[in-house]
Amino acid sequence: MWEYTDKVKEHFLNPRNAGEVKDANAVGEVGSMACGDALKLTLKVGDNGKIEDAKFQTFGCASAIASASALTEMLKGKSLQEAERITNQDIADYLGGLPKEKMHCSVLGRQALESALSNYRGEAPKEQEGKIVCECFGVTDREIEKAIRENNLTSVEEVTNYTKAGGGCESCHDAIRELIARVRQEEAPAKRPKLTNIQKIRMIEETLEREIRPSLQQDGGDIELVDVIGNRVLVASRGACAVCKASELTLTHFVEAKLREMVWPELVVEEVPK
Amino acid sequence: MKTIYMDNNATTRVAPEVLETMLPFLTDLYGNPSSAYSFGGRVARNIRESREQASALLGASPEEIIFTSCGSESDNTAIMSALNTGKDKAHIVTTRVEHPAVKVLCNELVKRGCRVTEVPVDRKGELDMDRYKESLTSDTAIVSIMWANNETGVIFPVEEAAQLARSRGILFHTDAVQAVGKIPIDLQQSAIDMLSISGHKLHAPKGIGVLYVRKGTKFSPFLIGGHQERGRRGGTENTASIIGLGKACELAADRMDEENTRVKSLRDRLERELLNRIPHSRVNGGGAPRLPNTTNISFEFVEGEAILLRMDEFGICASSGSACTSGSLQPSHVLRAMGVPFTMAHGSVRLSLSVYNTDEEVDEVIDKLPPIIEKLRAFSPFWKPEGQACASGT
Repeated sequence: MWEYTDKVKEHFLNPRNAGEVKDANAVGEVGSMACGDALKLTLKVGDNGKIEDAKFQTFGCASAIASASALTEMLKGKSLQEAERITNQDIADYLGGLPKEKMHCSVLGRQALESALSNYRGEAPKEQEGKIVCECFGVTDREIEKAIRENNLTSVEEVTNYTKAGGGCESCHDAIRELIARVRQEEAPAKRPKLTNIQKIRMIEETLEREIRPSLQQDGGDIELVDVIGNRVLVASRGACAVCKASELTLTHFVEAKLREMVWPELVVEEVPK
Repeated sequence: MKTIYMDNNATTRVAPEVLETMLPFLTDLYGNPSSAYSFGGRVARNIRESREQASALLGASPEEIIFTSCGSESDNTAIMSALNTGKDKAHIVTTRVEHPAVKVLCNELVKRGCRVTEVPVDRKGELDMDRYKESLTSDTAIVSIMWANNETGVIFPVEEAAQLARSRGILFHTDAVQAVGKIPIDLQQSAIDMLSISGHKLHAPKGIGVLYVRKGTKFSPFLIGGHQERGRRGGTENTASIIGLGKACELAADRMDEENTRVKSLRDRLERELLNRIPHSRVNGGGAPRLPNTTNISFEFVEGEAILLRMDEFGICASSGSACTSGSLQPSHVLRAMGVPFTMAHGSVRLSLSVYNTDEEVDEVIDKLPPIIEKLRAFSPFWKPEGQACASGT
């Protein structure tokens, strides 16, 4: 039997905000029944940019239900900026902690929140970022890297606890070990003096001009820098890239790899609609 | 709050009659049965009686009974003995749905160079006998097939399987932990060479088991030490538990009828009423011959641990094959082997009864469980009310 805190038990037995917000304008859905847990988050964001209502529907165990209940409580009344800053650890802390094997329940909450916020911003639902590492639970390298970074994970076991990756047939354990090593390596040079935003944008522009656009243009495509928010690099594809189905692959693999190499290891490239 | 215990395939309460026979051996009668003086010798006599009681339940002779510490030790002993005495034979035949005591041991033996064939089961949970026959080779050291499955209660035709093994000169072991006391067993009339029992599944205490080894079977001890158990299992006898197990075997023989009549009808009513009251539910292994006390029901669109913890609020004890309760991230290997979809496996609940369960307890579960499923479904993203076409959720 799992050791749950009283708060987890209380939220599980009396979940807050179960159901669907009728006139929701932000909807996030993550997980699947096959994987053993799934969460649908519906939010009503007011004109003032504050979350007026939040509800959840969960298929999952006690801690998945409690995490979703906690998340909706945390979200109500928050501005979108505040909501964006809620991490999976915040959800776990709100509940007085979760058993380490159950941390993935809080990660599911954070993922549903991200999905709802990008839905609100009108971004197309991201199909799948990165490539699948864990076939059993459909977890991608991006998700694993993110969990490693945000929770400072150092072992395969921890990665499994937070993302489920590696919890099935175990054949991806070597790949997970490599991801851990890669993130650790990236974090070492991150101790170098931080770039200012201006420096970062300038370097991104230069890299795009020098290293990236020429190769894209060879194929009749092009790319335009739209904005840089923190480590998120928002770009729009032009020309052949804009209509090419493979362009997302190009963006995530080629452009991001180049920018990470030349500018900053934690940059994430995102495509915005024209 | 009263406990409604319906998890008897996990463990059982110690029968009061069993406890009573044990108590003197935990107080006054503490002599070592191997000692020369009568204070120890009388304990040896009680152990002999206990051995007779155990052999009577199995249709065996007393000298074919070895007392061990648990079912897992019995299983390990049987398989390792077959490998140690089987010359260079290094092939084991077992099933996909064995208890970890056999399954995990076989996984370990693969690492040490053995070859293991896991015979599959069909959707009903029944063994594929054709595949079983094909798997037997001249290199096969032992077959180990459970008599009845702990999760679904599905009964395997072990006597037929044992005959097939014997006709090829292969040793046959069965993990009968769940079957003993529920299915009549007469080893004199069978081709089974070794059989495992666990005390605590039979209303004896935890920490005591039996391995039956047919007379004339080559044997190599697992626990090496003193001359106890005629040199087949070292270690001073767990006297009180051995005495308790003997009594439990005697009780089991007396209660076998009740298990197959009263307990079975409780199980049948429980199962029927739950299926009637809860849409989108089904019995796992329902189409196969089953133990009289076990039902394993999947409730679609909800997750097992959540069901169990809400049942716990009413003092109802049960198990689930969901990932969250298995301690791993994948649902039960038994349900997966049967091809139960993950979506159903995650919502499975096993209720296993005993002679101590009552009509009132069954009423209570029939009353409490449907609203629990209903409440959890109410906030499941896959549940569409009115029971209409449901989201596939894969």
